Amino acid sequence: MNAALATSSQRVVVEDPMVPRSFVVTRTRQDTRDTATLWLTAMDGAPLAFEPGQFTMLQAYGVGEVPVSISGDPADDGVLQHTIRDVGSVSHALATAETGARLGVRGPFGVGWDVGTARGRDVVIVAGGIGLAPLRPAVLEICANRAAYGEVTLLYGARTPAERLFTDELPRWAAEHGVAVHVTVDRSDDSWRGPVGLVTGLVDRVVFRPELATVLVCGPEVMMRHTAAAFLDRGVAPADVRVSMERNMKCGIGLCGHCQLRELFICQDGPVLGYGLVASLLTQAEL
Amino acid sequence: MRTIAEDLPGHPFFAGLDSDALALLAGCAVNMHARPGEYLFREGEPADSFFVIREGRVALEMRLPTGAAVLDTAEQGEVLGWSWLVPPYRWTFDGRAVDHVRAVRFDGGCLREKCAADPDLGYAFLQRIVQVMSQRLHSARVRLLDLYGAS
Ligand SMILES: Cc1cc2nc3c(=O)[nH]c(=O)nc-3n(C[C@H](O)[C@H](O)[C@H](O)COP(=O)(O)OP(=O)(O)OC[C@H]3O[C@@H](n4cnc5c(N)ncnc54)[C@H](O)[C@@H]3O)c2cc1C
Ligand code: FES
Repeated sequence: MNAALATSSQRVVVEDPMVPRSFVVTRTRQDTRDTATLWLTAMDGAPLAFEPGQFTMLQAYGVGEVPVSISGDPADDGVLQHTIRDVGSVSHALATAETGARLGVRGPFGVGWDVGTARGRDVVIVAGGIGLAPLRPAVLEICANRAAYGEVTLLYGARTPAERLFTDELPRWAAEHGVAVHVTVDRSDDSWRGPVGLVTGLVDRVVFRPELATVLVCGPEVMMRHTAAAFLDRGVAPADVRVSMERNMKCGIGLCGHCQLRELFICQDGPVLGYGLVASLLTQAEL
Repeated sequence: MRTIAEDLPGHPFFAGLDSDALALLAGCAVNMHARPGEYLFREGEPADSFFVIREGRVALEMRLPTGAAVLDTAEQGEVLGWSWLVPPYRWTFDGRAVDHVRAVRFDGGCLREKCAADPDLGYAFLQRIVQVMSQRLHSARVRLLDLYGAS
């Protein structure tokens, strides 16, 4: 079906997943040297509900379209939030978009973290670099229902202290929601008094019940592989370790095959997948 | 107050060593503490210590013309220092207390003697040290990849 037509009294509801909806940038924040967060609202006024871990295909008109995870609060479907690292032409156009700019949005797509299934369990969230952005909605959802979860821990590895994301929120998650937050950096500077080293080096500090733990991991693939191995060593079942996979995408809905990894379409079966399913694929380049 | 020999079995580094071995090792050890900013050891100095950190964090630093660069940190539950085991027994980094540090300090010369006199103990101790070295080497190698950095 094509984009539905609208009369002045109707909201436009676009149902064709290949047709982008127009959103306007209402606020921007430069998070780090190369990463910015955008707040977007739909021009058609319709909300965009999403599950933590889902992504949209975000389009800078005239430049291109790329998959970007939603980094906002799942309880607030009136505002779409994305945190984007400038690595190439499209992400540059997105990360430098200014207030008032219009962007195209398709989605949300994919399978997310499914945090609801971790209720009653200990949750360990492990983020590397920009990987904290796709995990932020999961943290917010857990914080909003904190009593439903056991021990909750966030391990976060950043390149440098200046490249940490959501620095104002990390202490709040700890102080107000009882999340044990541990941050480490690869390279320190004079301002840093915390740990220096790999995020996997923090795993030994986490208090959790291995048979009752759900581990959510997002970051570069090498980091996800080593992190998953560290939790498997501590007795967590592979199916209880969930990782968010990144592959080039075009359609985002399982049609074009761009994101295919063996039998999996990452855009549709993922991006979040059980480690047991992807362990052997994590070392493979794109097909 | 608990003795060092009583405390050591609770530390993962010493897990699996029998009480005789622990008593031998404890004979080389004293408790120590360092205030924030204080150096536990300095680059180039004779390396005569091995530390088991009980509280606080120690930064391993290298002095550069631009200031000190922190290469790694070690904290509660971790051990620090293997230069006492490798000739010419000199520290290759500075070790600075980031906050208040409480540690058990083993005398390197004493450890070497005990390990040489009791090869079983020596092998068990070396196995543990090599594990720490391999974790630190792995961490350094992966960080060389600069995974979060510019692609
Ligand atoms: C499901 C999913 C969710 C994602 N969520 C986010 C997110 O929340 N925030 C975000 O900033 N990015 C996210 N990405 C990555 C984002 O899609 C890419 O950075 C983007 O496609 C790059 O396109 P480009 O045109 O800017 O760069 P290109 O011109 O395609 O690439 C420029 C350079 O960047 C490198 N590059 C390409 N992709 C990546 C990447 N993923 N990471 C590092 N380097 C890359 C290329 O190798 C090349 O060297 C996500 C990707 C997927 C699949
Ligand atoms: S992006 Fe087209 S099939 Fe996944």
